[in-house]
Parts: sequence; C-alpha cells; structure tokens
Amino acid sequence: MSRSAPSLLERSPDVDRRRSSPRRQSSGYPLWFLVPAFAILGVFFFLPTLFNFVYAFTNWSAFHDDIQGVGFDNFASLLSDGSLLASLRITLVYAVLVGVFQNLFGLGLALLLERDTRLNRAIRAVFFIPVLMSALAVGYIFAALLKPEGAVNGILGALTGTHVSIPWLGSTTWTIVVVALVNSWKWMGLAMIIFLAGLKTIPEEVLQAAKVDGAGPWKTFTAVRLPLLAPAVTFNVATALLGSLNGFDTIQATTAGGPAQKTEVLDIFIFHTFGYGLFAQATTMSLVLFLIVTVLAFPVIGYLRKRERVL
Amino acid sequence: MYRSQLWPRVVQPTIAVVLAAVVIGIPLWLAVITSAKSRSEANLPDLTLPSAWHLADNYAQAFSQGRILWGLFGSLLVMLPAVIGVLIFGSLASWVLARRSGRLTAALYGAGISGVVLPPAVITIVLLLRQMGLASTPQGMIFVYMGMYMSVVIFFITGFVRTIPVELEEAARMDGAGPFMIFVRIILPLLRPVIATATILVCLYIWNDVFYSFFVLGGGAVSTLPLNLYAVASSNLYQNNWNLIFAYVIMMSLPLLVVFVVAQRRIISGITGGAVK
Repeated sequence: MSRSAPSLLERSPDVDRRRSSPRRQSSGYPLWFLVPAFAILGVFFFLPTLFNFVYAFTNWSAFHDDIQGVGFDNFASLLSDGSLLASLRITLVYAVLVGVFQNLFGLGLALLLERDTRLNRAIRAVFFIPVLMSALAVGYIFAALLKPEGAVNGILGALTGTHVSIPWLGSTTWTIVVVALVNSWKWMGLAMIIFLAGLKTIPEEVLQAAKVDGAGPWKTFTAVRLPLLAPAVTFNVATALLGSLNGFDTIQATTAGGPAQKTEVLDIFIFHTFGYGLFAQATTMSLVLFLIVTVLAFPVIGYLRKRERVL
Repeated sequence: MYRSQLWPRVVQPTIAVVLAAVVIGIPLWLAVITSAKSRSEANLPDLTLPSAWHLADNYAQAFSQGRILWGLFGSLLVMLPAVIGVLIFGSLASWVLARRSGRLTAALYGAGISGVVLPPAVITIVLLLRQMGLASTPQGMIFVYMGMYMSVVIFFITGFVRTIPVELEEAARMDGAGPFMIFVRIILPLLRPVIATATILVCLYIWNDVFYSFFVLGGGAVSTLPLNLYAVASSNLYQNNWNLIFAYVIMMSLPLLVVFVVAQRRIISGITGGAVK
C-alpha cells in the first residue's frame, strides 16, 4: 500500500529476495550500528518493563523508605476492592468502542471524500485538524461542549423545541461511549487518510470488471473494495486498539475517570494511584496493562493479517 | 444522465461541507469564541458571540500565567533532540536489520519493534530515572521518548530499506566505500520519504504528550506546553476559566496548524508515504 508503512500494510511483505552471501553481510553491515538504538531501547524501555515484574510484588510507596517484597498482596488488594477488574473491563470496552467508531468514521469520510476535487482536498484537511491538536485540548473543548447547559444540548434544544439537559459526561452507563466518541473525533482524520491511501491502491481494472459484471455501487463496495482495503483496516484497527489501551488525555480532560470511576481506564488509574504515592499498586496496574496488551495485541494483529492473506 | 450528475455535483459537496461545518466547525468555533469572552460570560460556554470582546486581555493573561514561552521552550528542548536522536540511531540500526539475515537478526528485529505494541512501563521508568539522577530532567525525558518511539522508527524504516535495491550499495562498495560512508551517502538520502513519515508521527506524539511527561518531568524546572495547559486547567485559580483555557489551547495549537497549512500536502503524503497525492 504505501512505501513507508510496509510490514503491517502490504499483503505479502517483500522479504528481501536479494539476500546475499553471509560473508559479505557481516563486513558490509557491522553489528555495532545496532548498538546505540538497542542500548537506548534496553535501558529506557526493556529495563523498566523488567522492573515492572519486580516492583509489582513489593510495598514500594511514598510512605516508607525501604522497599520489601510482599508477594501477591498488591494483586490481592486490587482484586478484592474490585478496581483491577473494573479498570480492566472499562479499558477493554473503551478500546473496542474507539476501534469501531474511529474506523467507521474514517472509512465513511474516506468514501465521501474519495474523488480528488479541490473541495474534497480542502475538507480532508479540515478533518485532519483534530489529529494535530493536543488530545488534552480536544478533551477540554468537548468538556465545555457537553456540559448539561452546554452547546450540544443547546443545539438539540433548538432543533427539538424543548429544553434539553442531557448529562453527557455524567452517566455511569453511557459516558464511556461519549468519551470513546470524543477520542474517535480526534483520530478519525488519520484513519481517513490511511483508508484514502488504501482506496488508491485498488486498480481501476478491478472496479471496471465489477461494473461489467453488473455490480452496483454497494455490491462493488462490499464484494470488491472492502476486502481489498484489508491492509488499511489492519493498520487502523491495530493503531486504534493500541492507542486506546493506553488512553489517557481525552478522558482525563473530559471526565478524569468519573462519574463514579466509570471511565477510569488503566492509565487514569495508574495516574491517580501514583498521585496518592502508592507506587507499587500503580506498578501492578502497569504490569496488568502490559500483560493485557501482550495477550490481546499479538493475536488481534495475527488474525487481521491472516484475514488479509485469505482474501 | 441527470441523476448521475446530481451526486457528484450537488449532493456530495453539500454533505461534505455541512458535515465539516458541524463536526469540526462547531467544536473549533466554541474554542475560538470562548477565548474572546469575559470570565463570567465564559463560565457557561456557548456558541454565541461575546457581548464584549476580551481577546487581547485573555491571550495576554494566558500567555503570561500559562508560561507559554517557557512551555514552548521546554517542548522544543525535549522534542528536537529526541526526534533527531531516534531517527539517526533508528535508521542506522534499521539498515543493518534489513540487510542481514539469520536467526539473530530476526530475533533482534522482533525485539526492536516490540515497543510498537507494548506499553512503556511508566512508573518504573520514574524509578529508574531517579536511580540514574535523571528524574525531572529534560535529558531523562529525551531518553524516555527515544526509548518509546525507537520501535516505531525501526518498524517503518526497516520495511522501507527492504525496498531499496542492494545493487546501489554494491557499486559504492566496489569503489572502496566503508559501511558508514555507504550509509550516509547512499542510504540516508534514499530514506527521505520514510524519515518524513516517522518525523511527522513522532513529532505529533511528543508535541502533544502529557501522560509520560507528567511522570518524567513532574516536579522539575522544565515543563512543556501540554503540561502547562494541564496546570492552567486544573489550578483552582483557573476553575471554570474557560476563556483562559481556550486562549491557551489556541495559542498552543497554532504552531502545528501553521506548519500544517504551509506543508499540508507534504504532511499528508508524508504520512501515507506518497500514496495520497
């Protein structure tokens, strides 16, 4: 699909056919070129991850000077007060909602703005503006828009002719959907341009052939174009899922985890717990996030890639 | 024939414009218009024009109390070295990873790109930085960002290098050029499109990051634009001061928006690697 994002996007990554003899390799491509990158990765990425597996089992906190092992106490207390499973469930619900919304919006926009007209190019740029903005700033804008006496209810009231005061950010059930929509609003422009790039890679002859066979626009879309968009879907679903499993900014700015902790995803929990000085518990949650991503992300990506190959 | 003209000529443009105006226009309008209102009027932000314009006051206040220049300095101070470092070291490693074969290389590549998926261990990063004496320093932040985005860079650039024919390097090798020379003279210039993609993405992440910078820079002298925005919005002094929050939001978003307007095509085609022209 695109030259710059090959491995996730291309249907059969062109694993170098021109591999040459091992002897020339070692001299031509010295291993020490790897050293700076892997030193940084090792010290600032892998080492802290390793620490996660150690400090999650200690009593490390702001309240005492020494750090001692406590076994599974942190897991036990997070499980027994229900916060671990609650945060986990909320995070997963949020990630799935963002994955769905962001891709539906992105795909809808890409199809709507597909033709290369001057107007469409301008509108695409407009939809890309939120991608450039800070997620925190986006969160504050929607916090203001969605107040009970805010602009959204005002518009709805004017349209229906009644007084509307829906507590968009105050529902213990639906606010998680609202914050997922806000996050999707911020990122749908990126999904859109990835889908647009995917649509461009579909050869004109294939579409012509579908037309000759008598397929209408809808049939062409479901039977020809959507399957051929699989690499773009993979990229978009994977980035949306991964981004939202680490979601923080928009939620912090709109609800800060409320109401009644119903939008408290793992990163918000970690942020709050760290703020209370309960470092080991925050580390435990960070470890849980790590394990969840490990368990979920690889199969999801694997499944999506396999689907690409089947189609 | 008339019916088939209706969609491209009338319906599609109308839908596109209305959608953009409602979905993007209204939220942005709210931010702009609220930033021009008085404190009491902004308390209940709506879409009406301000009764009296306080544009200059609000921006001046947000500018000085939100320490915009200091935040801008901090943002650049951590972003520029992190982006430059991660691109140089990342492309150096990617070239070797793409060209060598064998189990070791495959394992190293797998480890190298694992950070695309795995979340950074943010709490223990703080612990590590304290032990290294880098907590709350810009140096610590730079290294953490480099560690976080090294995987993305390796992922993108390794894939790209594989599309570059080896013959180009071999000609130079015949002429007696060493690996470093070949990398700098031949490979690096060819990597320009993918380096553009990686630069844009990593800049976007770092420029707008507040979560990791909160942990790493928190309590230190240096702060960034998003951190200052968070401070402005959370301090009691500014409770419900939507006018100042949005004045800050607009000032903070302007640099990237200006860059985008100037280089819009290059940025969009940069992200998708030239697929969207």
